[in-house]
Amino acid sequence: MQKYVCSVCGYVYDPAEGDPEANIPPGTPFEKLPDDWTCPVCGASKDEFEPE
Amino acid sequence: MNSTYRAVRISENVYWVGAIDWNIRDFHGYTTRRGSTYNAYLVIADKVTLIDTVKAPFKEELLARIASVIDPRDVQYIVSNHSEMDHSGCLHDVIDATGPERVYASVMGEKTLKELFGERHNILALKDGDTIDLGNMALRIVETRMLHWPDSMFSYLESDGVLFSQDAFGMHLATSERFDDEIDPAVLEYEAATYYANILLPYSSLVLKLLERVGKLGYQFNIVAPDHGPVWRKDIQKIFDFYERWAVQKPTGKALVLYATMWHSTELMARAITEGLASEHISVRHLSTDANHRSDAAYEVLDAGALIVGSPTLNNNMFPAVADVLNYLKGLRPLNLIGASFGSSGWSGESVKQIETILRDMKVEIVGESLNAKHRPDEEMLSRCFDLGAEIGKRLKGKVRSGS
Repeated sequence: MQKYVCSVCGYVYDPAEGDPEANIPPGTPFEKLPDDWTCPVCGASKDEFEPE
Repeated sequence: MNSTYRAVRISENVYWVGAIDWNIRDFHGYTTRRGSTYNAYLVIADKVTLIDTVKAPFKEELLARIASVIDPRDVQYIVSNHSEMDHSGCLHDVIDATGPERVYASVMGEKTLKELFGERHNILALKDGDTIDLGNMALRIVETRMLHWPDSMFSYLESDGVLFSQDAFGMHLATSERFDDEIDPAVLEYEAATYYANILLPYSSLVLKLLERVGKLGYQFNIVAPDHGPVWRKDIQKIFDFYERWAVQKPTGKALVLYATMWHSTELMARAITEGLASEHISVRHLSTDANHRSDAAYEVLDAGALIVGSPTLNNNMFPAVADVLNYLKGLRPLNLIGASFGSSGWSGESVKQIETILRDMKVEIVGESLNAKHRPDEEMLSRCFDLGAEIGKRLKGKVRSGS
């Protein structure tokens, strides 16, 4: 699955890992993240992410 | 004897109680030729509040300046707007010395301070829009994540119209003057731009959003009090306007030619490219990496529309100094540039392609063909360099005209 990188802080969202802190289970594609999900490192919104 | 360190009153209820670092010349790779200050502020409210602290070796200076106004044990709240160590390095010692009732930071700030210094003190986390009640006045919190650390926040003292803006709107400048209107405006603009280019440039898209957001809050700004350099009380709108211009990075008719040279061949090429650019009335900054520091290159790239980089090939690589500056500039993520690479070599000539790859990574739109000269650039090669400069100049003028 496609990884996405935060253009603000460089964090990479890996669908295989999800985002446990925000209760996003492993296997969740970036497109399926809730609209109000934010970067766990810097708080940037989804539209700040680009495909890696 | 009273201490020689005194506080400076900046508004009815606020004192500057920071420290002046006259001698610092290097700030993790950014050369600070005029030194710096670490600003901290004391709000004399029912709940006396200290905003930020200073770099660890300056703790006594901070405490002495506080003591020139009140007994440091009367500090009841400490607010940490920014966890970077030049503002938090002595935070725990200051907590021990003042014994405040509460210490505040942003959600990310609380996390960062714990990661940096352990859980020595309980720090209360604040969210965007929260207010700290100081009894007879209020401090409002504006989260500014990634400007320029995840923890960063502003705090705003409504009664005096003071924005405590941590690293935003600051500059590395050690002076005996505390206010913008006491300092040469050309020095202020140069140092504020250098600071923006070297520290805030990568977060320009967030700067624009923040300026819009802060504008909508409807706050009255009588004073903008950053964590470095002078306090703005006169030209507040001017520094906001500068930030907007620097963040947008609209192309201007200015080019930066950056290069190293070994036996003057790459230098001859750089000169020919510079002449070509100038023939199109482009304002050229011509910087050899031997004579200029990476933070000067960052300052020049801030409002440049073109970046042209050259290097000889040394042991199948670009010159170390060129790699240093390019790596630094890449991290600063300047926008809207066009450019090219060039160089000279005795045999294989890898540097030119290496530079071009980095420029492409930086999303620089490459103009023309990269040029590599074997040993010495002959007349034909120098003429191609001149033409490349002129071509970049023409393209740049077109971009400036179209405004994108």
